[in-house]
Order: sequence, then structure tokens, then C-alpha cells
Amino acid sequence: MKRLFSSTLFFIVLILIWHFLVLAKVKSPVLLPDPVSVWEYLRTAILDGSLFDATLVTIRRLLSGYGIGILLGIPVGMLTARFRFMEDTVGVIALGLQTLPSVCWVPLALVWFGQTEGAMLFVVVMGSLWSIIISTDNGIRNVPPIFARAARTMGAKQFYTWTRVILPASAPFVVTGMKQGWAFAWRSLMAAEIFVTILTGFGLGQLLEYGRDLHSMDQVIGVMLAIVLIGLLVDKLLFSPIEHFLHRRWGTGRT
Amino acid sequence: MSVQDELKSVPPAKLFIDGVTKDFTTRSGTLRALDHVSFQINEGDFVCLVGPSGCGKSTLLNIIAGLELPDSGLTLMNGKPVTKPGRDRMVMFQEPALFPWLDVMGNVLFGLRLKPNLNKKECCEVAQFYLRLVGLEEFAHSNIHELSGGMKQRVALARSLAPNPRVLLMDEPFAALDALTREQLYGDIQRIWAERAKTIVFVTHNVREAACLGNRVILFSPHPGRVREEFQIDLPRPRDINSVELAKYASRITRALRGYVDAPDAELGAE
Repeated sequence: MKRLFSSTLFFIVLILIWHFLVLAKVKSPVLLPDPVSVWEYLRTAILDGSLFDATLVTIRRLLSGYGIGILLGIPVGMLTARFRFMEDTVGVIALGLQTLPSVCWVPLALVWFGQTEGAMLFVVVMGSLWSIIISTDNGIRNVPPIFARAARTMGAKQFYTWTRVILPASAPFVVTGMKQGWAFAWRSLMAAEIFVTILTGFGLGQLLEYGRDLHSMDQVIGVMLAIVLIGLLVDKLLFSPIEHFLHRRWGTGRT
Repeated sequence: MSVQDELKSVPPAKLFIDGVTKDFTTRSGTLRALDHVSFQINEGDFVCLVGPSGCGKSTLLNIIAGLELPDSGLTLMNGKPVTKPGRDRMVMFQEPALFPWLDVMGNVLFGLRLKPNLNKKECCEVAQFYLRLVGLEEFAHSNIHELSGGMKQRVALARSLAPNPRVLLMDEPFAALDALTREQLYGDIQRIWAERAKTIVFVTHNVREAACLGNRVILFSPHPGRVREEFQIDLPRPRDINSVELAKYASRITRALRGYVDAPDAELGAE
């Protein structure tokens, strides 16, 4: 309760500082809008449904791209951890491409796929896949070999050992990788939506870029806030429960 | 009905180790871990393998378990050669090697789930029986990290007993525990051995521990690993590790051990 109070107080003070900066005319009100006008924008955008529609479009793109990233990344990560050949080939590619900022995929995607949903999907998959491969690989390499030996003495065969022992044993690493993959997917999608203007769906990034075109900074900042809030919400709703469970079972971290 | 059958002690098995040799290649050359090791273990016997580190006793245990294969020679269990791990020979390692993503019950169930003839409910009943046997039935739903070192090894013991093996292979399972906990476990393991009728092969470098637990103590010497001597421990059970008679056996074994470790060349020359 006390934590909630101090945290709320902090944000109220922050908004007040913002408000006074606008009053002091540090920048023209066209460039730095008042918190009230940002709130006004958010209210109307929520009421007329445009913010909700854009969020839905963005989340749909994100989930499909991120889903492909996980479905490909975890098995490929298992393969690179298991086979020397895969480590020396696909593993090297993953390590290299992971260092490439995901926005760098946008020009290529535009040339290959044009202004389509395919371009979007490509950028999101490329943004998230490599880091998921690498953390899965890393997680599996960190599993103590004695777990697999113990499982073998109990009569577990190869496949059973991989699905019931090695994969769960690497879960803390894999979940961290999934979280990182989510963050990368989110960033790359925003980059893609800002650069790729298509008519098949109007996402949050496009709403943001639209705000810039209209020179309405209240919309730009409002959409930015919405993006931050969605990121926080996903972290709290999707990843926190899993991480909490892992910490409790493994006895790691704060309880 | 099926659970009752499952909980019946299966007859323990006889082990025959015949000329087992195992080499390890390291950067500095080939190292002979085991050199033509042969001996026999009768059904239901409790045998301790003792020797300093490097005498290959853990390697031999892994070979009996089927986790490693010998370069030459073979291991027979009830006349059949051992080529791979099997539920009839369960292993307890020095580290408990419990799975942290499962609770206590889940760990004991792991090996049982792999048995084809039991359904879920029967598996749970069997697991509960073994948790009771090691005195941990109240901790069935605890997380592994919440247990003490001794409790972890008890869970590991329950896990290896649960599939009802004929042979129990123990690789210094109590080495990392404090003295008091260890003494408690000496009592438990003797009681369980008597109750469940298993053939037990127990590897240790602790001579007193070997004299306390084993019917027979087989002495190994290192570089290369060979069987040197065998001691019969004729003391009534349950044995107390602090008793005077036990200390006499222990000091006899220690003296013998020292002879092989200090002057290995002299001993080899005599052969």
C-alpha cells in the first residue's frame, strides 16, 4: 500500500513538472503539448475506437510474428545446442544476425514484399527469432549433464529426455530469451509500422506516424504512452506469472 | 492389486564382473582407469568398493549401471550382459541430481511414469509408499530447494527405489553431508536393505563408512585401477559406525589401503 502510494505520488509529480514546463513555454505548445491535451486526445481516440482498432491490428501482427519466432527459434536452438554442425552453421548466423538492429531489415522487407503484411511479418520474425535461438541454445548448454544421466538410468529414451528433462531444465534461460524476443519483436514491429504504410491495417506505429504528418504532437505522445502501457501490461500479465513460478520452484530470486 | 504386486520386493540380482578394462584418453596420453577387474556379487549382498580417488571405482559403477561401456571384459547381471541403463539397476549419485522443476512427489514419480504397467493413480500410491519408507511423506509437495542436503538424498533414495530395481548402485551418496545426517542415513539404508532385499553396490572413499555398511569391502588401488584385497565384515546389524569392533575392521582396511597407495611399485613388482 505504501509502495503504491509513493509510486503514484512520483508520477503525479512527474506530470506536474511536465505541465509547468509547458506553462513556462520552454518549447512552443505545438511541439510540446500540455498533459491535458494529450489526455484529451487519448480520451477521444479511445471513445471513437481508433486507438483500440490500431492496438488490435498491432497485437495481431506482433503475435503472429512472435509466434513464428518461438515455434522456429526453440527447436532450432535445441538443434544448435545438440549438433556441432548446426552450431557451426546456423549458430553462427544467429549470433551474427542477432547483433543487427531489427530496423535494418525494413529496407530489404520493402523491396522483397512491397507494402504488404508480409513485409511486416518478415521484420518481426527476423527481429525476434535470433535472440530466441541463442538463449535456447545457451539454456540447454547450461543444463547439468547429470540430469540426463539420471533420466537415462530411470529408463528415459532420447526423445523423452529432451522433452521432459532438458527442455524444462533450461526453462529459466528459455523464458528470459522469450522475453527478450518479445521486446525485440515489439521494437521491430514499431519500426516496420512507421516505415511501411499499407492499407490492410492501421497499427499503432502508423497512428504515431500519422500524428507526425498532421503535426499533432498530442497524438504522437498519446500513442507513445499507449505503446509503453501495452509493453508494461504484457510484461505483467504474460511473463511475470511464469517468472514467479520459476523463481518459486527453483528457489532463485526474491520471493 | 497391481499396486500390491508392484510393491512386492523383486528378487535381487547377481552381478558378475569379468575382466573389465577401461581406458580414458586425456591430453597427456591414455590413462587406464580399470585394469582387468573381476569379481562376483551374490544376490542380496551389500558390497562396498573402497579406494583412493583415481582407482576407477566410480567408473566401474557407471559400467554396471550401463552408462559407460568397458573397452574389454563384460558385466553380467543374472547371466545377461549389461549394455545399456535399465530400471533393474538404479543409481544414486553423489549429488542428489533431483529435478528442480518438479516437486518431491514429481521427482519420485519420474521413473515410475516410465513403467508401462502402472496408471497414474497407481504410480502415486507407489510413490507415496517410498516417500513413507524414507520418512518424507509430509514433504510430498515441497519444492526441492526447500529441503536440506540429507532430505534431498532421501528423496533421491526414494526415487531410485521406486521403480523396484534388483540392484541399487550408490556412488558416494553421503559424501557431501554432515556427520550427524550421515549417521542417520547409515541406519536408514541398512533398514531399507533388510526390508526391500536389494543387491547394493556402494562406492566410497570413507573406510569407516564401508565397514559400517558392507557385508564385503573390496579394496581398489589406483593407476591403474585394480582389485587388491577383500574383507568380510562379520558384525551384527544394525551396525553403529562408532562401535569399537567396527573401528578395528576400519583400521585393518586403512592399513591395507596405505600399503597399496604408498608403495605401488613394490606391490606391482611382487606380482
